[in-house]
Amino acid sequence: MSVLVLAESSNGKFKKSSFEVTSYGKKVAEQLNTNLVVLTVNTTDNETLYKYGAEKVLNVSNEALTTFNAKTIANIVKQAVEKENVEVVILDSNANALYAAPLIAVNINAGYASNTVALPSSTTPFIVKRKAFSNKAFNNCEISTAIKVISLAKNSYGIFENEVSGTTESFTPELTSSNLTSESIEQTTGKVTIADADIVVSGGRGLKGPENWGMIEELASVLNAATACSKPVSDLGWRPHSEHVGQTGKPVASNLYIAIGISGAIQHLAGINSSKVKVVINTDAEAPFFKAADYGIIGDAFEVVPKLIEKLKKFKANNA
Amino acid sequence: MKILVCISNVPDTTSKINFVENDTKFDSNGVQYVINPYDEFALTRAMWFKEKQGASVTVISVGDASIEPTLRKALAIGADNAIRINTPATDGFTVAKELAEVIKNDTYNLILAGKESIDYNGGMVPGMIAGLLDYNFVNACVSLEIEGEKATIAREIDGGKEVLTCNLPLVIAGQKGLVEEKDLRIPNMRGIMMARKKPLTIIEPTTNDTATATTSFEKPTAKSACKLVDADNVDELINLLHNEAKVI
Ligand SMILES: Cc1cc2nc3c(=O)[nH]c(=O)nc-3n(C[C@H](O)[C@H](O)[C@H](O)COP(=O)(O)OP(=O)(O)OC[C@H]3O[C@@H](n4cnc5c(N)ncnc54)[C@H](O)[C@@H]3O)c2cc1C
Repeated sequence: MSVLVLAESSNGKFKKSSFEVTSYGKKVAEQLNTNLVVLTVNTTDNETLYKYGAEKVLNVSNEALTTFNAKTIANIVKQAVEKENVEVVILDSNANALYAAPLIAVNINAGYASNTVALPSSTTPFIVKRKAFSNKAFNNCEISTAIKVISLAKNSYGIFENEVSGTTESFTPELTSSNLTSESIEQTTGKVTIADADIVVSGGRGLKGPENWGMIEELASVLNAATACSKPVSDLGWRPHSEHVGQTGKPVASNLYIAIGISGAIQHLAGINSSKVKVVINTDAEAPFFKAADYGIIGDAFEVVPKLIEKLKKFKANNA
Repeated sequence: MKILVCISNVPDTTSKINFVENDTKFDSNGVQYVINPYDEFALTRAMWFKEKQGASVTVISVGDASIEPTLRKALAIGADNAIRINTPATDGFTVAKELAEVIKNDTYNLILAGKESIDYNGGMVPGMIAGLLDYNFVNACVSLEIEGEKATIAREIDGGKEVLTCNLPLVIAGQKGLVEEKDLRIPNMRGIMMARKKPLTIIEPTTNDTATATTSFEKPTAKSACKLVDADNVDELINLLHNEAKVI
């Protein structure tokens, strides 16, 4: 028996989430008294995973896998599960993992729990805690099938070093054909994405118009943060839809979320509840965001934000 | 084209989330149930196909009789008929199996669902249906065009989007973008009157094996009050974020 982690990479380099799922997978393997196998695709720095507890890396190297295909990946995972006699499959919560997970679950007839936030509280029965009700609650979910699939919510466990002496094995699974063709991929270039960012700076209708986003972008750039917005802002076309966070938009699970001129409606908070530290800047002391935030400034964004940028620049210079 | 739209019946977004029976059951007391917001995008796109390209639209949901008002609402929006599979929807895998069974017996060309439901946020039913039937599947779908047998789909990826093509049959897990929010339909009086006469078929479940179950619920621990910093003292905020919260 073993635990299998699927480690995602982009252009051959592991995503940060891969270190988190590997750290988590190692602990689950320890709980089950078994070993951790990590499945990688087209990566060369596989040894980095030993640091987080990967005893064995199964590396698939194939040009045909340069473009992600969920069905193909699900079939590869199935073959890895059979080869390594896997009892738990662990994925991250990036777009590709969430795409492949249900296909994997069906392939290996496994119960699937997404949005997992902690180690299993018990392994027999197998119970994991997961986010539900759009981050307003958790449920403890028992998976009763022989093999289990879980996807770990971003930033919910953390990255922990647990150096082992690992080995890397090349793995050549049979590739199934898919009649779903990828025609093009459009990537927003150069900017930190909301999904990857440790810090997110977000603006709401309180900023009055798109012409005022310069200071939001500048603040984000000082903090190496991604920019985001509330729903009306993207509905009004001030910002692209890809920046809309909340219940009907993107979820944010950053370490720091700074909300500027955002009221904190329940649908907005649903998307950002799992951010660790929340800061609000709002003129209205009664804005509901103050109930959800850790730190707050009651004040006008047009006065506070430029000051904050200036002071942060100094802070960064002193702490570089 | 025959379209099936999977509808999840969920507590309205503003509902207070509480649990009863020693935190083992969701407290539906006073909760207003609605069509899952992500499914509304799927339903509206289905109506678009019906009106612009010609299609029949069936809506389907797994649940007991209490979900019928939600199905009637989908009929009032314009679906032609509805199916209810008579079993509580507690496990995503079981729901997918029930839905796949219906699809298998009555070939649909296009199956539209939302990318997750806002109660359990499982994000698994559409993908599992596709897996069970070996249909093409696209998750987090933000646009969908169909010409004859060919579908062109865009899906959201981290920091961008990918355009894909395939032939029908196809299962889609949709979200905003599939249609714009301003285009979402609300039932009008005529629709509501007509919905009463449209067929709502009840079928019995085919399986009772489950893969997952909720053993208990928890609410997040109450957070401490927000620390207020004076607007003239942003240094203090930086200090707190650096030394106390350790996030910068
Ligand atoms: C089904 C449904 C789903 C929804 N999903 C989402 C979602 O996913 N995401 C989302 O964000 N919303 C969502 N909403 C909308 C949500 O209810 C709110 O309408 C929205 O979040 C409000 O955005 P806002 O805070 O930017 O704007 P407003 O409500 O207009 O608030 C603006 C805030 O800015 C403050 N302000 C004004 N001037 C200044 C200034 N100079 N300096 C500082 N502060 C200032 C005001 O005090 C106010 O608090 C949804 C609603 C529904 C019904």
